[in-house]
Amino acid sequence: MDIGCIPHIDEISAQHGPFCGGAEKRTHSFFERMRYDNKIVHSLREAIEKTGLRDGMAISFHHHFRNGDYIVNMVLEEIARMGIKNLTLAASSLTTIHAPLIGHIQNGVITHIETSGLRGRLAEAVSGGLMDFPVVFRSHGGRAAAIESREFHIDVAFLGAPSCDPYGNANGYNRDEESGSCCGSMGYAKLDALYADKTVIITDHIVRFPNAPFGIPESNVDYVVQVDSIGDPGGIMSGATRFTTNPKELLIAKMAAEVIEQSGYFYDGFSMQMGSGGASLATARFLREKMLQKKLTARFALGGITGQIVEMHEEGLIEKILDVQSFDLTAANSLKNNRFHQQIDASFYASYLNHGAAVNQLDFVVLSALEVDTDFNVNVLTGSDGVIRGAIGGHPDTAAGAALSIIVAPLMRGRIPSIVRHVNTVVTPGDTVDVMVTDQGVAVHPRRAELKARLLSAGLPVYDIEKLRERAERIVGAPEPIRYVDKIVGVVMYRDNTVIDVIRQVQG
Amino acid sequence: MKRLRRSMLFVPGNNPGMLRDAYIYGSDSLMFDLEDSVSIREKDAARFLVYNALTSLNYGQKELVVRINDLESGLGVKDLEAIVRAKPHVIRLPKTETAKDILDCEREIARIEREAGIPVGQTGMMAAIESAKGVLHAYEIATASPRLIGIALGAEDYVTDLKTTRSDGTELFFARNMILNAARAAGIDALDTVFSNVNDEEGFLRECRLIRQLGFDGKSVINPRQIAPLHAVFMPDEAALAKARAVMEAIAEAEERGSGVASLNGRMIDRPVALRAQYLIDLAEAGERTMVEEV
Repeated sequence: MDIGCIPHIDEISAQHGPFCGGAEKRTHSFFERMRYDNKIVHSLREAIEKTGLRDGMAISFHHHFRNGDYIVNMVLEEIARMGIKNLTLAASSLTTIHAPLIGHIQNGVITHIETSGLRGRLAEAVSGGLMDFPVVFRSHGGRAAAIESREFHIDVAFLGAPSCDPYGNANGYNRDEESGSCCGSMGYAKLDALYADKTVIITDHIVRFPNAPFGIPESNVDYVVQVDSIGDPGGIMSGATRFTTNPKELLIAKMAAEVIEQSGYFYDGFSMQMGSGGASLATARFLREKMLQKKLTARFALGGITGQIVEMHEEGLIEKILDVQSFDLTAANSLKNNRFHQQIDASFYASYLNHGAAVNQLDFVVLSALEVDTDFNVNVLTGSDGVIRGAIGGHPDTAAGAALSIIVAPLMRGRIPSIVRHVNTVVTPGDTVDVMVTDQGVAVHPRRAELKARLLSAGLPVYDIEKLRERAERIVGAPEPIRYVDKIVGVVMYRDNTVIDVIRQVQG
Repeated sequence: MKRLRRSMLFVPGNNPGMLRDAYIYGSDSLMFDLEDSVSIREKDAARFLVYNALTSLNYGQKELVVRINDLESGLGVKDLEAIVRAKPHVIRLPKTETAKDILDCEREIARIEREAGIPVGQTGMMAAIESAKGVLHAYEIATASPRLIGIALGAEDYVTDLKTTRSDGTELFFARNMILNAARAAGIDALDTVFSNVNDEEGFLRECRLIRQLGFDGKSVINPRQIAPLHAVFMPDEAALAKARAVMEAIAEAEERGSGVASLNGRMIDRPVALRAQYLIDLAEAGERTMVEEV
């Protein structure tokens, strides 16, 4: 090719063209630039103004600070003062600390909520008909899929971070110093930062650039705000998740470990996840003994990560950890210090649009439940009184993804049976559940006849789920049906973002 | 098969949740307590609850024991009036010091059995020995009634009586051996006291190994978490088990031949050896059984 044919080729030079004379060469030192030319804004209000937030938009939050979170209330208070109304609040989850949202809903600042769960006074108010439009409940994977597919659009994400540099590289821990709050993985926040039109990082620790390794990269961040406190460290996480000493939970955990051992999925190089809840977390302890006995190691452990999983990793029983959410300080510190402890985002974790999603690589998962019905449908969202009191979390995602999904629950809680004819709210469909483990026996989904035969031949107490239900009913009786009114207060989405159930207002 | 009594789980009689669930933890016996774990204001409620638990819940194959208050307290007879009618397997009498204590209690049980139309003698008894006087009378207590299935040491009161405290077990050595020898001489079971620090797993295991080596049949436990390690201590090792199986095979072979005398490796198998072998096999089978039993 004859370069000479390109028009004006002779005129291009360093002294001519679009880059010529446009900007003065910058001579400030790195240190000075970091100080004077960065993404830091001076107040939360300024940040909100700069994002262009206005009536009717959608704002998002993460729940990595759990019950110690100050961010949601802090941001909403400022927004309310600015007079912005009619917002959609999309949090990866909401807890009891978010009760002040009731006021913002009543005065019209928030008119719609999307979340994985609700607890406390806010949950009770929503169940009592607080909102005109029903709350949309999505699983962690479903939320990620909705965001990725633009089915749900985030205008502004307000993401709390225990450390951030002046350009927005944020993380759930602080490598520069040991003080301050710490939440470990930023898994649910990562995706919000990536897809939101504007992202604001709210931090109490601005560290020097680069805050590496980071959970959220600066390329996904628009503004950084420093505040005195992002949360109560005690509420954000406990030192180490203590093992349950409840004998019934231990009994269930032991039985779950035996089911795993005999299931055919306990082989060298398996993969696993333990859901939250005393019995499911304790299953890891009994599994550990079996791994040592049989000299097996796991390729990876996924999920909400606890100190127990970290200990097993450190003693060589688990090769790699994929961490979307760190449950305790031991897990957070491991993310900071262990090379093969990887922070992952919600889509990587559980989105059905992501073929490689980690949940799809699970051999087994152990999950808790409030109620299970005789079709193995699981409710983790509404209590026996019909009131919202929980969170979907990754329950339907992991149940669907894992080759073996095990639900653990006591047969009865006080006078309430855990196995019923119909659950109040279907969160995880029975077709994705394989085994139910209670303190009084095990039930296997009829779809898994081969598994049932294997467990039976190993001498495990396997019964028909109907028989377990009858046993509970014989002792505590059948509960009175809950009385609802017609109004729908919640819509439960399955992980593919189709409606799987609705929650109605309870009769007051 | 002789009933195994490796573990006897204490269940406070005034706790409905625990009464309901006690059978799921796999102990050999359940002991519903009306005595020390129930405060004086709760005595009536506990008696009522235990009566109803016994008459309405299904505890499967578990041995059901009720610890009543001692007769001198005035509560014991009231307890018996209710509980004997609920037909537990065994009434456990606390603070037993003499044969008379057993006979007094037995008289009341027999009277109530007659009144309630229960075959007289059906209700078993066991005695807890909790004082120096009781320990010194262990044999007379153990042989006081054919209803007795075992005697047990209650160490907390006993060490107070001795003016000492519990430590590594040295202070209980005499009492344990007295009770064990009395029980063996009477042909009934010997059961050890509770280990109350639930979180001291090592200490608990040490004590279990000690009492197993002394010859006790089992031990009372206060928390379901203690059951599995206790049963593990009672699990016979492979060598002992192989020998026991060989003994039982030799006996079966002899019976097949129509011979009354069995021998193994040229040595005659006498009755105690056969009983011991059967006991070890029973222990092994119980140890392998799954936790949840059909009820």
